[in-house]
Amino acid sequence: MHELSIALSMIDRIEEEAIRHRGKVRSAQVKIGILSGVDCEALKFAWEIARMGTDLEETELAIEKVALLVRCSACAKTYSPEIQALFCPDCITPVQDILGGKELELVALEIVG
Amino acid sequence: MTTQPRMVEVRARILKENDVLARRLRERFQRAGVRVISFVSSPGSGKTTFLEKLMSRMAGRHRIAALVGDLATENDAARLARTCTQVRQITTGTICHLDAKMVAGALDGWQLDDLDFLFIENVGNLVCPSSYDLGEQMRVVLLSATEGEDKPLKYPTIFNTSDVALITKIDMADAAEFDRETARRNILSVRPGMRILEVSAKTGAGMQETEDFLESVCVSDT
Repeated sequence: MHELSIALSMIDRIEEEAIRHRGKVRSAQVKIGILSGVDCEALKFAWEIARMGTDLEETELAIEKVALLVRCSACAKTYSPEIQALFCPDCITPVQDILGGKELELVALEIVG
Repeated sequence: MTTQPRMVEVRARILKENDVLARRLRERFQRAGVRVISFVSSPGSGKTTFLEKLMSRMAGRHRIAALVGDLATENDAARLARTCTQVRQITTGTICHLDAKMVAGALDGWQLDDLDFLFIENVGNLVCPSSYDLGEQMRVVLLSATEGEDKPLKYPTIFNTSDVALITKIDMADAAEFDRETARRNILSVRPGMRILEVSAKTGAGMQETEDFLESVCVSDT
């Protein structure tokens, strides 16, 4: 359950940005890739605990789960495979380049004041 | 002063702090010419036994140090210390993974220039270590023959973020009815093209090949 560590890092990042933008953070948007190693439900749970006693107690967290996105190196098809089947559905070429799905990113903040 | 809410785009890595520190560590390792290899696996898959044997074999020819992560006890460091001079235990308390800060802290006072290899044994856990870059050049994931062939399918992220898979306790394969081909297929379906090595620290089978492979890792590899 390293989601608590992730939530604490998230709070650091958000607080850093709140100071920079001189305001209160009403909501925060994060992107969590399916291949990031982070479980979204566990992260939501950890967030509730981690933000206690911080300036983010009222901040809403919006998590966007990002599926895998790859481009086939042989036929150039772009597709979203299951993690357990990393090959092109058309030409069965194994996945080489992963374009999306590893995100662990703070995307945007809604700031008041 | 406005009270209207406004959207600001941030686009920052949540683990930015760890990533920055890991990048600095990687640069430091490269400058010092030390090859840094980390090992991840579930608890009990044989990381320490493998490293004990590996380090004993390599100690005559290379200058080696090791960092060992565990939630508690210094037992593993004591075991590895028998094989080389520099071993440090990182006890993480309740934290289920190592991070770049723990690694940087544990290196304090060590002369990296004097080392050829640094091995980092992560906390036994197939989930949490996958998100944390430690600045290593290579991450090796261990899967023991007694754990079953479907571990890669159950824990795809750790296999996908590793560079090499090492099947340990291969001497137990028959007794555990471990199907090597299925295991290989499962590993390759979550990490196409992955280099797979088989080893038994107990009988020594595959140790030479593994050692040769790790010795061939270049400092400039990432």
